[in-house]
Amino acid sequence: MALISANNLTIGYDGHPVLSNLNFEINAGDYFCIVGENGSGKTTLMKTILGLQQPISGAIEFGEGLAKNQIGYLPQQTDVQRDFPASVYEIVLSGCQNALGKKFFYSKEQKALALSNIKKMGIEHLKDRCYRELSGGQQQRVLLARALCATQRALLLDEPVAGLDPNVTAEMYELIKQLNDDGLTIIMISHDIQNVQGYANRIYDVAEEV
Amino acid sequence: MIDKLILYLSFPYVRYAIIVAVLIALCSSLLGVTLVLKRYSYIGDGLSHVAFGALAIATVLNYTNRMVIVLPLTIISAILLLRKGQNTKVKGDAAIAMISVGALAFGYLIMNLFPSSANVSGDVCSTLFGSTSLLTLSANEVFISGVLAIVVVGIFILFYNKIFAITFDENFANAVGTNVGFYNLLIATVIAIIIVLAMNLVGSLLMSALVIFPALSAMSIFKSFKRVIIFAAISSVIGALTGLLVSILVGTPVGSTIVAVDVVMFFVCYVIGKVKG
Repeated sequence: MALISANNLTIGYDGHPVLSNLNFEINAGDYFCIVGENGSGKTTLMKTILGLQQPISGAIEFGEGLAKNQIGYLPQQTDVQRDFPASVYEIVLSGCQNALGKKFFYSKEQKALALSNIKKMGIEHLKDRCYRELSGGQQQRVLLARALCATQRALLLDEPVAGLDPNVTAEMYELIKQLNDDGLTIIMISHDIQNVQGYANRIYDVAEEV
Repeated sequence: MIDKLILYLSFPYVRYAIIVAVLIALCSSLLGVTLVLKRYSYIGDGLSHVAFGALAIATVLNYTNRMVIVLPLTIISAILLLRKGQNTKVKGDAAIAMISVGALAFGYLIMNLFPSSANVSGDVCSTLFGSTSLLTLSANEVFISGVLAIVVVGIFILFYNKIFAITFDENFANAVGTNVGFYNLLIATVIAIIIVLAMNLVGSLLMSALVIFPALSAMSIFKSFKRVIIFAAISSVIGALTGLLVSILVGTPVGSTIVAVDVVMFFVCYVIGKVKG
């Protein structure tokens, strides 16, 4: 049984299909890369995997006891976030919100988890800095640390290197590769086919399915 | 000056006014940060006009406790407006303009068609700008305002972590299983309560100033969400207290004096923020 599988999946907005009859399986430990041109429906596919929108037909199935809310998510940045007054620690800690359950406040363990993920991403020195003052690459590390707080198993990344310069892009890919080597299943959306070929063990081109 | 102040403070209605002002200022500033960051500033403004329309209806119907009508109507509008904001097909700002101007027009129309007192323009003016209404609050209204304010602060503290998560990144919150719809509903309801409360203090036209200025002041100086919230609350309370005392001593209208103090504080904070870098 695969970790995540799509069966005859058709996705789109308001009943208009963007991609139809998708079939794929993502296994535990995969570095699964979904590639395609801008506007090809990659983000729609990812939102459907995350359950943020319903498929038009077909279904996404989770196996091996993976729950929908156990997938960590690195979204593309929004305008709101770019000038958001919050410290790095506050943002990373908010990754624990699914573990909060019916409780109101974060536990010691959750705070420790946030700190250890900050260390893991190598941004310990930025812990108390304001998010809006960080560089693009640093901001991505913060959001990655937050995503790690939400999952031990699978990480979904939406264009993680968009807008980063080539050096930082390479660093980011190495960081993600390292997480994959540590046992995390990586699902990445990208239009950067050349670079991801060196890292991903499976590449899924949405354009070929249409 | 001091003698005059002591004399005024010996009247219970002045003390009520001060207590209510502090409570209202406190809770209006809390969600201001969320509203500003989520680009919802104008929803507060639109809702205050709705509250004006609702108040006109309540006045005409001669309800002794006008909150019974004003609060539910404002809450319903808040929920509708926040829903619209999420739906990209209907332009959020157009919906707000439509509802707010419509409510304002109907409110004024109703008050003129069915005048409940001889001085309609006086009534309208005090609803729009707050004027002296704060000093004429009954003990009962002070009690209701106090309870509502405490409820708002309580909800905010309990749900602080979730409110932060949703303000920063709604998509992420949704993806990891937080019930974003419910919390948006909660935020909308609390905003509506705050607006109805704040209308007593500064009137419906000036009300969004009470929500926005403390948040903007805090955001120009502080760099963590918690500090921004705490400073917004402090500066809002200081603004309300200063404004109220000045208005009592000098005899200026309560609402506009408080807002004027808030505006001055914003510019001071803005300059401090620029200098600090």
